[in-house]
Amino acid sequence: LAHGSGGKAMRDLIDDIFIQNFDNPTLSQLEDQARFDLASFIKQGDRLAFTTDSYVVDPLFFPGGDIGTLAINGTVNDLAMSGAKPLYLSCSVILEEGLPVETLRRVAQSMQAAAQKAGVQVVTGDTKVVSRGAADKLFINTSGIGIIPTGVNISAHNIQPGDAIIINGELGNHGTAILIARGELALDTDIESDCQPLNNLVETILNVCPEVHAMRDATRGGLATVLNEFAFSSGVGIRLDEQSIPVREEVKGVCELLGLDPLYLANEGKFVVVVGRENADTVVSAMKSHPAGKDACIIGEVIPSPSGVVFLKTAFGAERIVDMLVGEQLPRIC
Amino acid sequence: MFTEEIIRVRGIVQGVGFRPTVYRLAKAYGLQGEVCNDGQGVLIRVSGCEEFIEEFVQNLQKQCPPLARIDEVTRKRYEGKSTFGDFVISDSLSSAVKTEIPADAATCPKCKAEIFDPLNRWYRYPFTNCTHCGPRLSITRAIPYDRDNTSMAAFAMCAECGREYNDVENRRFHAQPVACQICGPKAWLERSDNQPITSYMFSMLDDVDAVCTLLQKGEIVAIKGLGGFHLACDATQESAVQKLRSRKQRNQKPFALMAKDISVIEEYCTPSAKERELLESPAAPVVLIQANAGDDDEERGSGRIQFKIRLEKFATEGNQRQIPTEGNPPAVLAPPGNFSQNSKFKIQNPKSKIQNPKSKIQNQIAPSVAPGQNTLGFMLPYTPLHHLILRRMNRPIVLTSGNLSDEPQCIDNVEARDKLGKIADYFLLHNREIVNRVDDSVVRVVGEKVLTIRRARGYAPTSINLPSGFESVPHILAMGSQLKNTFCLLRDGKAILSQHIGDLETAATFKSYQDTLNLYLNLFEHQPEAIAVDLHPEYFSTKLGKQLAHNQYGHGTAVPLLHIQHHHAHIAACMAENDININSPPVLGIALDGLGYGEDGTLWGGEFLLADYRHFKRLATFKPVPMIGGTQAMREPWRNTYAQLISAFDWEDLKQKYKYLDILEFIEQKPLKLLNQLVQKGINAPLTSSVGRLFDAVAAAIGICREQCSYEGQAAIEMEALADTHLLNKKEYFNYKFKFYWSDNIYYIDSYPMWQALLNDLQQATPQAVIAAKFHTSLAHTIVKMVNNLRQKNDISQVVLTGGVFQNCILLEQVTQGLQTLGINVLTHSLVPANDGGLSLGQAVIAAAQLMSQ
Ligand SMILES: [Fe+3]
Ligand SMILES: [Mg+2]
Ligand SMILES: [Zn+2]
Ligand SMILES: [Zn+2]
Repeated sequence: LAHGSGGKAMRDLIDDIFIQNFDNPTLSQLEDQARFDLASFIKQGDRLAFTTDSYVVDPLFFPGGDIGTLAINGTVNDLAMSGAKPLYLSCSVILEEGLPVETLRRVAQSMQAAAQKAGVQVVTGDTKVVSRGAADKLFINTSGIGIIPTGVNISAHNIQPGDAIIINGELGNHGTAILIARGELALDTDIESDCQPLNNLVETILNVCPEVHAMRDATRGGLATVLNEFAFSSGVGIRLDEQSIPVREEVKGVCELLGLDPLYLANEGKFVVVVGRENADTVVSAMKSHPAGKDACIIGEVIPSPSGVVFLKTAFGAERIVDMLVGEQLPRIC
Repeated sequence: MFTEEIIRVRGIVQGVGFRPTVYRLAKAYGLQGEVCNDGQGVLIRVSGCEEFIEEFVQNLQKQCPPLARIDEVTRKRYEGKSTFGDFVISDSLSSAVKTEIPADAATCPKCKAEIFDPLNRWYRYPFTNCTHCGPRLSITRAIPYDRDNTSMAAFAMCAECGREYNDVENRRFHAQPVACQICGPKAWLERSDNQPITSYMFSMLDDVDAVCTLLQKGEIVAIKGLGGFHLACDATQESAVQKLRSRKQRNQKPFALMAKDISVIEEYCTPSAKERELLESPAAPVVLIQANAGDDDEERGSGRIQFKIRLEKFATEGNQRQIPTEGNPPAVLAPPGNFSQNSKFKIQNPKSKIQNPKSKIQNQIAPSVAPGQNTLGFMLPYTPLHHLILRRMNRPIVLTSGNLSDEPQCIDNVEARDKLGKIADYFLLHNREIVNRVDDSVVRVVGEKVLTIRRARGYAPTSINLPSGFESVPHILAMGSQLKNTFCLLRDGKAILSQHIGDLETAATFKSYQDTLNLYLNLFEHQPEAIAVDLHPEYFSTKLGKQLAHNQYGHGTAVPLLHIQHHHAHIAACMAENDININSPPVLGIALDGLGYGEDGTLWGGEFLLADYRHFKRLATFKPVPMIGGTQAMREPWRNTYAQLISAFDWEDLKQKYKYLDILEFIEQKPLKLLNQLVQKGINAPLTSSVGRLFDAVAAAIGICREQCSYEGQAAIEMEALADTHLLNKKEYFNYKFKFYWSDNIYYIDSYPMWQALLNDLQQATPQAVIAAKFHTSLAHTIVKMVNNLRQKNDISQVVLTGGVFQNCILLEQVTQGLQTLGINVLTHSLVPANDGGLSLGQAVIAAAQLMSQ
C-alpha cells in the first residue's frame, strides 16, 4: 500500500477489504455514520455502555491470534466487564506505507471471524495510510456500544470484605506468547495467546448471579494491576493464595528464566470476578460449564485491611506484597 | 570556699537512672541543691564547698550509669540567692521535657547475681530488671516513658516492688518495668501439639529450666524473648539444626548462637578484647567472630564447611552435576536426599586440612549452623530468662529469629502458636506483651573498629549526634530503602535511626514498618516538615513517603518531598557519623553495593562520587553490564558471570579457548539463545555497574553459589570466607588487572583483563582460595589506583567507603590501607551499617542540608 496515492482506486481497494469482510446491513448502507433504532436498545436494558481502545502490537500475528482478534475482543471485553451485552463496534485503521495488502486482508478476515464469534457487528470504520515510519505497520482503533441489562450494577466500589476473587483461567499466556513471538526467543513451547471474547461467559455468570460486585479484564499490567486498582478504589485489602492461581508450567518456566512475574503479564481473555462469598461456588461452577471459563477458580479474598494493599500468600505461608508498578518490572533489591 | 553552680548535662541522661546517681553523689559530698530533667537534659543546681563541687562533677562523669551517655557538661556560677536546705530530686520542668526512649539493655551484673542467689527475692525470676538494665523500647507504647505507657501497665506493683521503685537509694528507683515473682509477668511452657506438659518427663526446676532439658534432647523450642520470638535448638546437634533448617525453610543463611558465658564461646573462637567488650556490653549484640581452627586440624567450625544447598534442584537437574577438577573442587557436591546425622559432605577448604572423623572434638558446632562461613555469630544471654535457660547448658544453642521465612519475627503469643507451631516442638511463652519488634543487633570487629551490620536491639532508638551545622535542622523524616530498611527522624541536631525493620517486600514487614514509623513519630513528637525518599520509583518506602508527603492520609498539610540518590545517601550517612561538618568541602565517596537507582535511570552500584551533603558529581564507575532477567540475576549468580563474560569477550571464542572449564560448560547448559534475546532486545535486562554483582560473577565462576544464592550476598560472603588470607599482602597476588577508560566525562573500570587472567587461572586449576584472594586484593588495588587517578584532577583529601560491599573485611582493610599509604584520610562506618540499613540517615542529612541552604 502506498501513502499519498489518494486515488479512488486505492481507497476503494482498502474499503473493499473491510466492507467485504464486515458485511452487514448497517455497514452496507455506506453512509458516513451508523444509525440505530433506539426502541430495540430499550428492550434489552436501561443503560448504554460505550468504550474505545487502540491496539498496537508487535508482532501483528502471534500464536493464538493477531492484532485483529485483539481489536475486536479487547473492545467487546471492555463492554462486557460492565455487564453490558456488546452490540456494535467501529473500526478505524492506520496503515504504514508499504504494508502488504495481503496482511491487511488477513487482519480484516480475523476481525470478522472474531466479531462473529462474539456476536457483534462492525458498523462503521475508517482507514488512513501514513508515510513510512510515521506508524509501525498497522494500528487499529475500535469503539463499541452495548446495553446494560436492568438491575445489573457492576463497579469496583461494590467490593466488600469477605468477597471472593475469581479468575476464569490460566494467567500470563498472552504476555508469554507475545514475548516468544516477538523475541524469536529460542523456545519450543505451544503457549498461545488466550485472546477470546468474554461477553458470553459474562452473560452466563449474570444468569446465575446478577449481583456480581465487580469485574475487570486483566489485560496490560496483568492480574496484579487489576487487583491493585480494586483495592485502591474500594479501600479494602486483597489476599491472594499463590497455590490456587492457575499458571501453566511452561509459563512459569519462561517467567523464571526471564525473571518476570506472571501476575504482571498481560492477558487477553482473562478477567477477575468479585462476588459475595455466598455466591462464589455457584459462579465458579457456572463458569466451568463454559469453554472460556473451564479453569475458573477462587484465587483469593477481600479483607478489610490493610486498605489498598494486595498481597500473596506463598506456598511457605509468608505474605508478599504484590504492588502496583510505576514503570516496568525493575529490580529493587540492593 | 562556699559557692553555687548551675550544671547542665546533655546526652542520654533521662530515664536511665541519672538523677539518682546525681542525688547519691551530691549527698556523698554533702552538697545542697536539686536535680531535675528539662528539655535539654538534666539541670543540676548545687551549693557547697568549691572543692567538693569539683570532685562531684568529676565523679559524675566516672560514675555515669551504664545506660547513660554524657555528651556535654557545662558549668556556670550561680549569682542569685539559694534557699536549699538539702539535696532533692525535683519534678521535671515538664513544659519542654523531651525524654528519649532508651534502648533495651542486657541484664546487669547485679541483677544477674540476684537471680542466681537462692536467698534473694529475685531468685530465678525471669523478668528481673533495674534502672541499669531491662526492657525499654520493646515495651513502650507512648510517651512519657513511664509504666502506664508500657506493656508493664498490666501488672500492678506489689508493696515490696513499690518500695524499691520509690526509694531513691535503691537500684530500682523509678525503674519502670520493675516486677517480681509475686506481681510481675510469668513464663510458661506449652507443647505445640497442645498435649499437656508432664513435668516428671523432665528433671527440671520450673518451666524455664525445662527448656534447657528439651534443647539438650534435640527439641526445637520457640522462646518469647525481649523484642520477639526466637527458635532455639542445641547448636551441637547436627540433626536438630537440620530439622530447624528444613522446618524453617531456611537453606543456608547462618544461624546466630547464644552461649551462657564467654568461656563457652572460647571453646570455638578466640574473641579479642574488643569483641568481648561488645559481647558483654548492655547492647549485647550478636558478634561475628572468627571461628577457631581445630587443635590438630582446622575441622572445628572453621574453614569452610559446606552442605548441599538446594536438594530439590538436584532432583530436576539430574546429571548436570559438576565434575570435580583436581585442585579446584567445586563448592557444591552432594548427593540428593537427606543428611544423616553423620554425613560428611563437607568440602575441604584448601586452607583446612583433611577431615579426620576420629578426632571428633566434643561439643563441636554442627556444620549446618553456618555453612560456608569462617565466622560464628555469638551473643550472650541478655535477659534473666535467657540466663535461666542456659544456666545448665554447657554448649551453645542456636537462637534464630522466630518467623516464617522472609517474615518479621513473631511478637505475639497467638500469632506465634499459629505461625511457628509447625516449626517448634515446644513454646516458652510469657504474658508481658512485646509492643515493638526489635531484632538482635549484629556487629563485627575489623582491626579495632566496630562495624554495625544490623542496628536494632540495644542500639535503637538511641540518638546519633549530628555534625556541626546541623544544630537547627527542621524535622525531617527519611523513609530508607527497600531491603534492610530503617527510617530516620531528624530533630534538634540529632538523628533518631529506627531499629532494623527488614525487607519491605513482605506484607507483615511493611505493616511493621508503618506501625513502627507511627510509633516513632509519636514517641519523639516528630512532625515532618519534609520527607526524603530514595530515587527508586518502585521502593515501597518511596511510595509510602510520597503518599505521606502529599498528605494522602489527610492529617495536616502536604510537605516537600526530596528524592535522594541511593549512593549519595550511603556516602552522606558515613560523613554524618564521622562528624563531617555541614559545609565541609566535598569528599570522594566510594559506594559499592548490590544496586541503587541511578540518576540516569540505570542501576548503579560501583560508584566514585565527589560529594558534599548537598550535591554530588559522578567521577567514575564500573563498566555496566546487563542483569539478565532482572531480579533473577540476584538469585542466580551464574547469570552475572555470563553477563560479564559476554560483555568482555566473544562467547564463541571463549568456548574455543576454555572448552573444558566447568563454568563454561555449566553456562552452556542454559538457554543462552533466549537469554541473549533479553540482552539484545533490552527485555528485563537492565544495565548495572554493581560491584555486588561483580562479586557474584566471580564467585560463580570459581564455583561458589553458582546455581543459586539462598540469601542476599551469600556468594560474596562465602568467597570472602574462602579467600586465602596468607596471600593478601603479597604483591605478586595483586595481578588481576582492570582497565580504565574515559567516556562521557567519567572514568569506567572495565573488568575484562581481570576475567582473562581469572579464566587462565581456572584453566591451570588454581585453587579457589587463591583466586578469591587474588580477586579481593586486585579489586582493592584497582580502587586505590582509581582514587589516585581521580586525585590528579580533583582535590581529594578524604575518602568515604560505604555500601554493603564494604562489609567485606578483606576489601575494607585493603582499600583503607592502600589509601592511607597515599596520605588520604579514610572514613568508614561504625555506628551505622554500611549496607542499606544506614541509608535513611544519609537521606535525612542530605535533605536537611539541601533545605537549610535554600
Ligand atoms: Fe545500597
Ligand atoms: Mg482495553
Ligand atoms: Zn539490673
Ligand atoms: Zn513485686
